[in-house]
Amino acid sequence: MNFELLTQLIVNGLIVGLLYGVIGMCFVLVYKSTKIVNFAQGEFLLIGAWVCWAALVYLQLPFFVGFLLSLCFMAAFGVLLQMVVLRPMIGEPIISVIMITIGLSIFFQSLMKWIFGVSPQSYPQVFDTQNINILGLNIEMAYLMSTVIALVIMGAFYFFFKYSKHGLAMRATAFDQQVAQSLGISVKNVFAMSWAIAATVSATAGVVLGMVNGVSDSLSIMGIKVFPAVILGGLDSIIGAIVGGGVIGGLENVAEFVDSQYLQIGNMYDIAPFYVLLVILWFKPYGLFGTKDIERI
Amino acid sequence: MSSLTLRPCGDFRTSYKQDNTIFETKTIRRLAIIAILVLCTAPAFVDGYVLTLCIQIAYLGIAAMGLNILVGYTGQISLGHGAFFGFGAFASAWLNTSFQIPVFLSIPLAGFLTMAVGMMFGLPAARIKGLYLAIATLASQFIIEDFFARADWFSGGSYGAAAEPLTMFGVVFDTDQSFYYVALFALVTMFIWACNLLRSRDGRAFVAIRDHYLSAEIMGIKLNKYRLLSFGISSFYAGIGGALYAPYLGYVSAGGFTIFLSIQFLAMIIIGGLGSVKGTLMGVIFMVFLPEVLESAVSVLKDTDWGNVPMVIDGLAYIKEMAIGLVIIGFLIFEPQGLAHRWAQIKNYWKFYPFSY
Repeated sequence: MNFELLTQLIVNGLIVGLLYGVIGMCFVLVYKSTKIVNFAQGEFLLIGAWVCWAALVYLQLPFFVGFLLSLCFMAAFGVLLQMVVLRPMIGEPIISVIMITIGLSIFFQSLMKWIFGVSPQSYPQVFDTQNINILGLNIEMAYLMSTVIALVIMGAFYFFFKYSKHGLAMRATAFDQQVAQSLGISVKNVFAMSWAIAATVSATAGVVLGMVNGVSDSLSIMGIKVFPAVILGGLDSIIGAIVGGGVIGGLENVAEFVDSQYLQIGNMYDIAPFYVLLVILWFKPYGLFGTKDIERI
Repeated sequence: MSSLTLRPCGDFRTSYKQDNTIFETKTIRRLAIIAILVLCTAPAFVDGYVLTLCIQIAYLGIAAMGLNILVGYTGQISLGHGAFFGFGAFASAWLNTSFQIPVFLSIPLAGFLTMAVGMMFGLPAARIKGLYLAIATLASQFIIEDFFARADWFSGGSYGAAAEPLTMFGVVFDTDQSFYYVALFALVTMFIWACNLLRSRDGRAFVAIRDHYLSAEIMGIKLNKYRLLSFGISSFYAGIGGALYAPYLGYVSAGGFTIFLSIQFLAMIIIGGLGSVKGTLMGVIFMVFLPEVLESAVSVLKDTDWGNVPMVIDGLAYIKEMAIGLVIIGFLIFEPQGLAHRWAQIKNYWKFYPFSY
């Protein structure tokens, strides 16, 4: 048994898992505050990554300027999307809400393919060194940056929800919309804000992933891969999203390792999380940290 | 009420029997029979291309009807219908080539096999609902898709599977003209079956679960049983649709049954109208003709000065996908009850014309 490879894979998996956690957090944020399940989460990554890429390549901006520009764009995009498409959906049955985000996902995925083509494009070089050696493990510089960014985002989420006025307003809205409204919170603004946050944070993740693997429409698969993580953690728990992301990220690589060493089934990296997902839904549908909803007539 | 020739202007039904009829008036029944007869003569004067579209409408329509029973009537969500459709297609080819079962038998058998698989994946569905169910069926879509790519014995792996054409009573249905009748027969049978199911006890139980599952449970409807049953019936429909697809095309490849197909099925029933068998067909017709219309629109654009750019011509595939996304969004925002509702409104308008009050 190749322990060195296994540790390397698990570390890589955990790093990618942290990114799943970040994307999952956006998903949970939108779900908690607006009760909308966002199947278009992956397209946020895709659009953010492409916009940043276009800013760097076509406009020749320095990396951080282009990055900030794409974040501003995504914030505006998120608000606009919420206002135009998702606001009419408030109070509609869950199937309609799910379908509208799926519609958005198809639309933007093919729009991006149309505009930017299907072949993967790589970002201009940002870091001088490609790999870095920590404790005998080879880690890509972009992965290291993604870890730092993910941890910063998680910290920022924590402080935002714990100490800021807007964060408090969002928590109140998630708890009970009517009560929040009666206390003078503008629920409309909270909805717009949560979409803006989700869009910008996902775009950050998209840019980071794009730097590692290049930008292509396969980025939007991340929006689907985040489901196992979110379900494992519990749909309405931000901590759960982080834990679930880490577990699923590690598990993917372990499944890949076990498969390549012993089983030889193939494609386990992509499929194993979905088997896990079905098992979780069977035994513990509300996940590790999710609240079980109790319904009354 | 079928003794009447015209529909009365209000709800005057006095017995359950009247409430349950398929055809509300004699005229509607006659019109339905005439419509089927006209469809039967269609191959004589319609060209081959339209005929292929009609066959496409038939097998997609059967699968979409199943999805409507699940989504529109039972209120469950499935994002894995495309995979079940594909399973039906592979199963009919597999039963035929591996066990030498004649194709006309392998089609219903493939339906039952798909039903079994659907119920297996539906077992967790009996416990969960709404969003969780959507995600569980999404998982099953990916798992089944992966199975197609891997199970060489079943689907031929990445090579795909060849399927024999349908033969019955010594007649080989391998042309569009002849297969059209098979497709039409299957569509009409499945249509009537769906209508009949929905006026039976089981159908009413489905609707009760959709409207309020807790109340339904209190009134003595076994939730698990009916959710699973609905899942099974919907997979059966998907399997039959897929099993018709295989002998028609003669070849099944794993690439065609992606999540995109599942979404297209959902789009069909949303456009047609959730909870309407007739609407499902309207939605299918809409979705089959939408790419055709776009294609001809692009070819018209090609001849104009400003439309003749590579962006438009090469981007046709993307434009089609985008149109599907836009149509889903547009219908959900502006016409959430679908074409069936609009049809009813148009009918009402003319019935009361010119005194619409």
